[in-house]
Amino acid sequence: MKKFAWLSAILLASVPTIALAAGAVEGGAKQATNWAAIGMFVGFVGLTLVITYWAAKRTASAADFYSAGGGITGFQNGLAIAGDYMSAASFLGISGLVYTSGYDGLIYSVGWLVGWPIVTFLIAEQLRNLGKFTFADVTSFRLGQTEIRILAACGSLVTVAFYLIAQMVGAGKLIQLLFGLDYWIAVVLVGGLMMIYVTFGGMKATTWVQIIKAVLLLSGATFMAGAVLYKFGFSPEALFTKATEVHPKKLAIMEPGTLISNPLSAVSLGLALMFGTAGLPHILMRFFTVKDAQAARKSVFYATGFIGYFYILTFIIGFGAITLVSTDAMFLDGSILEKTKSGIAAIKGGSNMAAIHLANAVGGNLFLGFISAVAFATILAVVSGLALAGASSISHDLYGMVIKGGNANEQDEIRVSKIATLVLGVLAIFLGIVFENQNVAFMVGLAFAIAASCNFPVLVMSIFWKGLTTRGAVVGGFLGLVSAVVGVVLSPAVWEVTLGFAKGSAPIKLDNPALFSMAIAFAGIWLVSILDRSKRAAVDRDGFDAQYVRSQTGIGAASATAH
Amino acid sequence: MSNLAKIERDPNYRELVRRRSSLGWLLSAIMLVIYFGFILLVAYAPKFLGIPLGSGVTTIGIPIGLSVIVLAFVLTGIYVRRANSSYDVLIRKIVEENRS
Repeated sequence: MKKFAWLSAILLASVPTIALAAGAVEGGAKQATNWAAIGMFVGFVGLTLVITYWAAKRTASAADFYSAGGGITGFQNGLAIAGDYMSAASFLGISGLVYTSGYDGLIYSVGWLVGWPIVTFLIAEQLRNLGKFTFADVTSFRLGQTEIRILAACGSLVTVAFYLIAQMVGAGKLIQLLFGLDYWIAVVLVGGLMMIYVTFGGMKATTWVQIIKAVLLLSGATFMAGAVLYKFGFSPEALFTKATEVHPKKLAIMEPGTLISNPLSAVSLGLALMFGTAGLPHILMRFFTVKDAQAARKSVFYATGFIGYFYILTFIIGFGAITLVSTDAMFLDGSILEKTKSGIAAIKGGSNMAAIHLANAVGGNLFLGFISAVAFATILAVVSGLALAGASSISHDLYGMVIKGGNANEQDEIRVSKIATLVLGVLAIFLGIVFENQNVAFMVGLAFAIAASCNFPVLVMSIFWKGLTTRGAVVGGFLGLVSAVVGVVLSPAVWEVTLGFAKGSAPIKLDNPALFSMAIAFAGIWLVSILDRSKRAAVDRDGFDAQYVRSQTGIGAASATAH
Repeated sequence: MSNLAKIERDPNYRELVRRRSSLGWLLSAIMLVIYFGFILLVAYAPKFLGIPLGSGVTTIGIPIGLSVIVLAFVLTGIYVRRANSSYDVLIRKIVEENRS
């Protein structure tokens, strides 16, 4: 071992500190069990279970279960929305992207944020005024209940499923790395806790878990970014200078790189990120947890602020990791380092671990434990929100409205929702295990593409366009859904990387299909609607005026509390 | 339904709809222009975003990217401020007048 350290010291003579510590890593144990992390995580789980118990005692009606009885304030809901949106994928993924490519990470952050203003200007208040529990309440307001509910449930469930698989696989991998647990145990643990939160505590527990996690994540990220800036005398220029010195891409990390290669692909991705946000069922559902349209609009304002602030932090964190993680052999894999000579490529556990290692670099083992626990909490909270959205779609849209025709017994509907949560939980665990060794990076992009091409067009057209008919919405919505899925399968990310066909053979060159799948959806909705001469179409158009008045004034809006 | 017709004729309602939709669509258009302007810069002029500011390594792309984030928040703030101060007052009037 000593000899090896000495050899590597010669090989890496240009970076003596790395070589010395690399020897230490080679001689050390594998990922040691991090007791600080486990302690804090157990603390978090304990706290959330107490909240779930508290929420369960206060969850009796369907309104309690689906929308926390409408008792969440605008500020709280802003935090909860931000919590739903700041997933582990965006925290670890974006800081990891900044770590490997610099500026490219910022392009993603910007894209993920700009959907929020659109939600504020065009959707939030109208959604609150027209809906009760799910966004399908809005799209089916004046259109044929059965068809539209089925369409919305398909759009919701497919979006939720892909998002959920991506989160589960990420969770398993992350927990394996952080806590030294087996992959399957990690997946079962996440799925199990999620089922407990949602079935017992409903939206009330899910919201509070989300709020706590958002506060923890924002404080942890603030501390980390602050510590990085402190090391550079609060001068971003000094941070960037150091980063460009140590990063193998040098000055290229300060400008757009290879991530976005062709202009059409860039625009298509931009569309998916911007409008996908406005079609995510677990996010849209949050607008029903507040008392009225005013609170709904305030909550998006707070959420936009928190999310924007968070993305700026992840940018600093990514650059901090370039300077402090890629130069410290403690965080690098000695054998990869030897081969590639790049600290960036040699990071232990892959680039997604950049933020986690940085926590150790700036705050020691205790802070590493805190950030690890927060990352786990983030995954738990996000999968719970997703499961609740999926379960609501099954129980409220499919069971309550389609099967029971709107006359379902409230308690039966809640029971169906709980059963649906358990089924989704088991399914998520199963799929999480099946997809363990698959590349699932495309799944979040796919979820956004479907949300932007199926849920969003139908939602926005139903709110604003009098001419929309049931037939138009169903045909256009399904066309959008199908073209988004087909577009992703035929894209380079899936065709070449996941399915293993030859490089360059992908039939569609766009990484994200939103550019054409959104166009197909809107064109389909428009064309079929204007050609629709059915009796139902007349009813659909006649219903618009009353819907519009309610969407603007809130007169007649669900008060959210059913008792 | 007569109540519906009454509300639709209410000048306060017309004022509300006119103000809210013009501001909502205007701000949406501004956001789209800002964002897709940024995306087109990334796609067609990545080297422009790589121009250094002064003599340091910080490029012009950094403040541009960050200001898209800040502007998104500011535009949302403008809408919420307007809505809180003027739409809610109009809505209250409409609700008062059309009660019964």
